[in-house]
Amino acid sequence: MLELKGIRKSFGKIEVLHGVDLDVRAGEVHALLGENGAGKSTLMKILCGIIQPSEGKILINGAERHFADYDQAIAAGIGIVFQEFSLIPWLDAVENMFLAREIRNRFGMLNRKAMHRRAAEIMRQLAVDVPLDVPVHRLSVAEQQFVEIAKALSLNARILVLDEPTATLTPSEVEHLFKVMRELRKQGVAIIFISHHLEEIFEICDRITVLRDGEFVGSCAVSEVDNDRLVEMMVGRRIENNFPAKVPVPSPAPVVIDVEELQLKKGGPVSRFQLRKGEILGFAGLVGSGRTETVLAMLGAGPVQRCRLRLNGTQKRFRGPDEALAAGIGLLPESRKEQGLITSFSILQNVSLNNYGKYRKNHWFIDLKKELAATRTAMAQVRVKAQGPHARVDTLSGGNQQKVVIARWLNHDMQVLIFDEPTRGIDVGAKAEIYALMREFTQKGGSIIMISSELPEVIGMSDRVCVFRSGGLVATVEGDQIESETIMTHATTGRVEHVA
Amino acid sequence: MSHDASTGAAGKTGGLTLGRLLQSPLALPLIGLIVVSILMGLASDNFFTLNNILNVLRQVSVVGILAVGMTFVILTGGIDLSVGAVMALVGTLSAGMMVNMGVPAAAALALGLLIGLGIGLANGVLVAWGRMPAIIVTLATMGMARGLGLIYSGGYPISGIPSWISWFGVGRIGIIPVPVVIMVAIYAVAWVLLQRTAFGRHVYALGGNENAARLSGVKTQRVKLAVYGISGLTSALAAVILTGRLMSGQPNAGVGFELDAIAAVVLGGTAIAGGRGLILGTLIGAVLLGILNNGLNLMGINPYLQDVIKGAIILLAIYIGREWR
Repeated sequence: MLELKGIRKSFGKIEVLHGVDLDVRAGEVHALLGENGAGKSTLMKILCGIIQPSEGKILINGAERHFADYDQAIAAGIGIVFQEFSLIPWLDAVENMFLAREIRNRFGMLNRKAMHRRAAEIMRQLAVDVPLDVPVHRLSVAEQQFVEIAKALSLNARILVLDEPTATLTPSEVEHLFKVMRELRKQGVAIIFISHHLEEIFEICDRITVLRDGEFVGSCAVSEVDNDRLVEMMVGRRIENNFPAKVPVPSPAPVVIDVEELQLKKGGPVSRFQLRKGEILGFAGLVGSGRTETVLAMLGAGPVQRCRLRLNGTQKRFRGPDEALAAGIGLLPESRKEQGLITSFSILQNVSLNNYGKYRKNHWFIDLKKELAATRTAMAQVRVKAQGPHARVDTLSGGNQQKVVIARWLNHDMQVLIFDEPTRGIDVGAKAEIYALMREFTQKGGSIIMISSELPEVIGMSDRVCVFRSGGLVATVEGDQIESETIMTHATTGRVEHVA
Repeated sequence: MSHDASTGAAGKTGGLTLGRLLQSPLALPLIGLIVVSILMGLASDNFFTLNNILNVLRQVSVVGILAVGMTFVILTGGIDLSVGAVMALVGTLSAGMMVNMGVPAAAALALGLLIGLGIGLANGVLVAWGRMPAIIVTLATMGMARGLGLIYSGGYPISGIPSWISWFGVGRIGIIPVPVVIMVAIYAVAWVLLQRTAFGRHVYALGGNENAARLSGVKTQRVKLAVYGISGLTSALAAVILTGRLMSGQPNAGVGFELDAIAAVVLGGTAIAGGRGLILGTLIGAVLLGILNNGLNLMGINPYLQDVIKGAIILLAIYIGREWR
């Protein structure tokens, strides 16, 4: 029914898809698998006309098609339910389904009755009972998803893409979704299903296609593979280099942060872990597994239900990053532009942003000379390549921006740094430098928590690894166990600890 | 200029060339000021007299002072609609304390400043800890301040205050009007706060990227509290001048002044979304607005038409400012 052949895509000079094939048949649920960054989302965006392939063909029922935009893809019978829903929260299901193509009567007024009838018909077809007249933000996540699916079907979608639909659902909601998917399969709809939960693949899917680092790894029937084989296909064997040598952490190393109990949501999983002096503790897991949320909760910067932690043996509670800073814990967030830097500021201003205590003059004023000197020192220490301390950070490359954030924290005497995706969007050379800086920091007695979605990075850098799944920690591995298949297995099938 | 092109904090020092001058965020407001001055000078013989210029500056001083607090607030990405009403309330209460309650005049003025500061801090608490949008919070406090002033005074001006208070409104030091001296002093303090203290940097950081500032450990809520407090305080300082000029507490004074203050800030090149702008730009913006008022008056243009012209000029200025970058 749908064939993608030899799809390549480059952004600038970097090719992210290297000739991917995908062949989906009518009336099947087809799993698209791969690690974070394997190219699944890019491929789906190409299918939906949101971005254009650099090379390759899209065939629907044997005829080649080109989609200049999303609307053309919709017209060709493709529907997609994104991870982030595109519903308007204050409108009801009917209004959302017919947004921008409302049925009107001959006076140009809305024909609510006709729309309602059509919506109810589709919901019946899906065999679900979703209230049509309440604002969708009052519906459960699963119900919102059904509205999204219904919306796609109301556009006569014959090929339906579900991008991690189960990530935010409870087990019983997942069951319900699967029932709907089976119903659609019976009606001959082709479904492309993206999920990181391998057991779901075995439960619902007919065939699979695996991508790895933008490469097409293979397609086959689900019955031909088992769990281990799937993980192997996803992870593959890769060369791991560029990482500074791990230095054994002296044992027993004192515990710096002891998280005795941390629960993000009421009734959700509980995580416990310890960060030791001089180690890099990797936080592995899939996107959305709760790693960043856990760290933010620790610092009092994000929602948390319960958190008990000790810092150097003393019970502590941080009500915000400012208190964590005072205690010597610094956060280097995932998105440098949105959370790390003041992009309209210079390097100097960004480095000294949270550190004015260091250069006071007459108690009240900034000692500009001292500030400039300290910034130059910090910049030299992390080797920022820029015109000078007054260069605006939005003129710098990603790697140099990250170095500015690192310089900010090294300028303090911090005992713990938390790196969230430290090398995202950074080129290879700068990556190695950042790794070296991280190692240098731990060798001087600092400790690091490193959240990373890149397995080679987790494996190459971490002294121990905490693996997260579904909002909680599922396993802590160390030594020889720090290898991709063990970590991936925990990340895709591990069990979280629940507390009532 | 020794200012960083975007945020105004200390930057490279170097020769003063035309190119550097044109890159400064002050360039456009300055050009606007010069162009409008020349036009007014051509249209009216009286415009370029020393007396008229001092007169313009004196007229500008009240809105100019309100615009200082407004600059702090807008730089953080907020807005303060209550400044005009707070000014009127403070003026009314101060006059009332002197006339009706027998409070010594100096103490009444000081209490007035505290009241202004207090209202500003209340705005700050509601915005920072109450997590409510600044535009709604200050719209509400604007209405409350206006209403309280009218209740207290019964709607009538309160006159009969000691005559020395007029010094704040119409006095002169040498040839310079006292309100102008006060205004310049306030701008100088504001400049130091914004450019030479950690607090100032945090103000810019909040407007530039509040999330990043918070995650880096900046106490964002306290910064917000402070900027609204400053805005309340400058409103009260403006009230002292206004009371001196009117020789009474006027509950109906300053209607719409918040909009003039916002216009001055924006004409001065400060981004309405925050993060970028200079206090000196606000001064230029306030003077520019004052010259427009004065010039259009001197030309004898219908007051209703004046509003239309001013609005059109603000639109034009913002449009050019956007294209300029």
